[in-house]
Amino acid sequence: MMNSMDIELVIGLEVHVQLATRTKLFCGCPTEFGAPPNTQVCPVCLGHPGTLPVLNSRAVELAIQTGVALNCQIAELTKWDRKNYFYPDLPKGYQISQFDKPICGPGWLEFPDREDPQGTLKVRFVRAHLEEDAGKSMHDEQGGRADSRIDLNRAGTPLLEIVTEPDLRSPQAAKAFLTELRLLLTYLGVSDCNMQEGSLRVDANVNLHIIDGGRRLATPIVEVKNLNSFRAVERALAYERERQWESWRETGQLLGDVPKQTRGWDENQGVTLPQREKEESSDYRYFPDPDLVPLQIDPQQVQRVRQAVAMRPLELRRKLQHEYGIKPYDADVIVAQGRSLVEYFETAVAAGGPPKRVSSWIQQDVLRTLNETGQTLEEFAVTAERLAVLLQAVEAGELENSRARDVFQYWLQHPMDDLAAAKGALGIQDVDETDLVELCRDLLHEHPQIVQQAQAGDMKGLGALIGAAKKRNPNVDPRKVRAICQQLIESGF
Amino acid sequence: MQLESLSAIELGRRIAAGELTSVAVTEYFLERSKALNPKINALVSFEDRALELASQADARLAELGPRSALDGVPIAIKDILCMAGTRTTCGSRMLSDYIAPYTATAVERLLAAGLIPLGKTNMDEFAMGGSTETSIYGPTRNPWDPARTAGGSSGGSAACLAAGMAPLAIGTDTGGSVRQPSAYCGVVGLKPTYGRISRFGLIAFASSFDQIGPMAHHVEDVAALLQILAGPDPRDSTCLPDPADDYRGGLTGALQGLRVGLVREQVDHPDVAPEVRQAVLRAAAELQRQGAVVTDAHLSLSKYAVPTYYVVATSEASGNLSRYDGVHYGFRDLPTDSEQSPLVALMCRTRSRGFGAEVKRRIMLGTFALSAGYYDAYYKKALKVRRLIRDQYLQALEQVDVLLGPVAPTPAFPLQQNQDDPVRMYLQDQFTVGANLAGIPSMAVPAGSTADGLPLAVQIQGPPLSESRLLNVAYQLEQARFFVPRIAQA
Repeated sequence: MMNSMDIELVIGLEVHVQLATRTKLFCGCPTEFGAPPNTQVCPVCLGHPGTLPVLNSRAVELAIQTGVALNCQIAELTKWDRKNYFYPDLPKGYQISQFDKPICGPGWLEFPDREDPQGTLKVRFVRAHLEEDAGKSMHDEQGGRADSRIDLNRAGTPLLEIVTEPDLRSPQAAKAFLTELRLLLTYLGVSDCNMQEGSLRVDANVNLHIIDGGRRLATPIVEVKNLNSFRAVERALAYERERQWESWRETGQLLGDVPKQTRGWDENQGVTLPQREKEESSDYRYFPDPDLVPLQIDPQQVQRVRQAVAMRPLELRRKLQHEYGIKPYDADVIVAQGRSLVEYFETAVAAGGPPKRVSSWIQQDVLRTLNETGQTLEEFAVTAERLAVLLQAVEAGELENSRARDVFQYWLQHPMDDLAAAKGALGIQDVDETDLVELCRDLLHEHPQIVQQAQAGDMKGLGALIGAAKKRNPNVDPRKVRAICQQLIESGF
Repeated sequence: MQLESLSAIELGRRIAAGELTSVAVTEYFLERSKALNPKINALVSFEDRALELASQADARLAELGPRSALDGVPIAIKDILCMAGTRTTCGSRMLSDYIAPYTATAVERLLAAGLIPLGKTNMDEFAMGGSTETSIYGPTRNPWDPARTAGGSSGGSAACLAAGMAPLAIGTDTGGSVRQPSAYCGVVGLKPTYGRISRFGLIAFASSFDQIGPMAHHVEDVAALLQILAGPDPRDSTCLPDPADDYRGGLTGALQGLRVGLVREQVDHPDVAPEVRQAVLRAAAELQRQGAVVTDAHLSLSKYAVPTYYVVATSEASGNLSRYDGVHYGFRDLPTDSEQSPLVALMCRTRSRGFGAEVKRRIMLGTFALSAGYYDAYYKKALKVRRLIRDQYLQALEQVDVLLGPVAPTPAFPLQQNQDDPVRMYLQDQFTVGANLAGIPSMAVPAGSTADGLPLAVQIQGPPLSESRLLNVAYQLEQARFFVPRIAQA
């Protein structure tokens, strides 16, 4: 087994994000997922002779939004290049992509360090460029016959390929980065990031740096493909760390000794396996696509986008922590649920809800109910304003927590009732102070053992008294019961 | 009546006036074409719907009046433009059974203007060639001398006109493919500014050069055709946003004071046949007589035009022709006895057998020029030279209004003469590729005949979007009977 002090795992990622445009990158065909094969195609995306691409400007807008959110430099002039290779699911024999003038230049993203709740990590980006997707090849080898079918519905769908620097150092960090990236892209609404439908695809480039007596040795870089979930990314990278260590100890091969290898993750076996390359050589003979004109990007447009994407998950977490005093962990939970929950939180606080109480109620009651009912926040009966009213009452001591929960539940059934109506329906009444003291005195008389313990300094038994008090009158405030009982014990009833 | 001796505009006028019907005119040209085609081989297919469209045009004309000056007039279209439901072969085995599923913008505009497609014209395979000899349908013969080429790649279109098989034709010009056959066949051919006519539906050879061009006997017919074809198209990003000029309306100006630059590097080039040179000088003299100021002009980079063109154009072609892989449409050949994987075997065999020698030569040239390690020395350098050539053209065209020179070094050459010598064939393009490299409009204008009766021509070139100016110069030459439209007695 390797000594983790001696090696460093070096990871760079290539993330393909399908942009949420209604139509394809260079024609008007719909991009919707799941249609019968070859029904969302036209002469242009089928690569028929004489057809020409026309740029979908919405894809450019979404790419700019993403680039700005990823702190990338946005090119003022970007252009289109042909990447030439033969493959049956590539109808034109080339892919329209961007070679030397990508729409997004260098950038970076800060994301929470899962190992350290207070800390963050940072990944730099090399670039992000727009390109069209290829179609899908399906190989049916059932029944002993090799039958290949091609679905070109996906051909021409806009992708943004985001390339990171090799800044990640652990499988966990890679997963945390991807989680943050997906959250950010979902916040922006630039992609639905559905990995099952191929809207988010990840390839990893990974090798080891072995520190051997002051020397730093790099093992050959391996590209890992077929990573169909973040869990798969994490597992595959952990597997590669072991495999490359073993391989290095066996062969001593270092970076440059062998050509770059591509391996595919096998989810069932939990291993990576060497993949057959599409082409023997990878000379893509990139050249500018003469069918498209270079694109000028207005810096003012970029500036407008910059203002629009100012509130990213990172900023929102900080806002929740610093403006509302929410703990980092809690802020993370709320932000990770998406933009609408953050808005729910902020609306509740703006309506007078005490921030910490709102945060804890959101994480427990609100999220649980949403999960159970499958509702969205928009259709949720307990609006942010109602939650604020409820928690204000709790904060003011007018309503005890468990009774507030009853109101919450009641509102789910009776969304038109206000707080007073709910209290009336639930029989929640203010408890008379004198009655409460009498109730406590009765209880103390009935439980001499608890009194004895309390007098000896052991207050554990008071909980049972509170329970008993609530049984006799559900409206009593447990804190008050405790305080009165303590007082009575001290004064000898 | 010999309808082939009438201009297309005149045919359109008579159809609109009810003196002729579109059906009668279309029938006439169909019959004439069918009679002459076995000898000339200018048309590779006849349009089945021609008479149906003509009768629709007649009914519509009677009710609603003409849609354009050419409503009801038949036209021959190069077999490189897609028309839904029609076979579009590009002269290649690769597309010999290809039925286009959509219609080119240019064809749409012709149909919308009421023109009647007569058939598809023969061409060099994928427009790669200068003699129509690379077509799978065999060479088109020059109506003026069937032993000679009609030129290429739009040889079928030019020959159709020369033989009186159609009053109008559409060609395409990537390196001279409208102008050179027009010159060889004695007709008027215009290559507009790059982007003047939409390329949507034009099967690509070299995308940054390809341009559709109108061809006819009469300058006014060319102008009327351009009027229909030109203008912006949202389906072609490289199509210019400028609206079309009133090209026919522009055929009025006198040439008084017009600055004409005689391109010395071309006129004095040793490859230029004496009769071609004399034709250019005669045209200069005629323009001078009409009040133009003729001076010498210089395009010192002319000699780099052919190598630059053949690097950039073949590079683009190598990508454009990658789609013909036997997978999705077109010719397919899957060998069963191959040692390669079925996929590699399918693509290799399809492309080896689907393309002819010249196409394969150009694909290989372009692939080489774009390959790692050669890109900078060939493709990238050629792009730089292209920019220099364009700048030189534009500078020269600041000094003068139009440039005058030869179209091709010689009149139509005998068939097979250049077939085994690609470089000699490529040199036929040396005076025409410049306009494609620079993206400027250029025109072939008839200029009499050689002693042997072969057509002669001159080339007039102008700055971007100067089509009206070029057409007017040509029109004044026609009006002065510097050339007289003639039909070959094939």
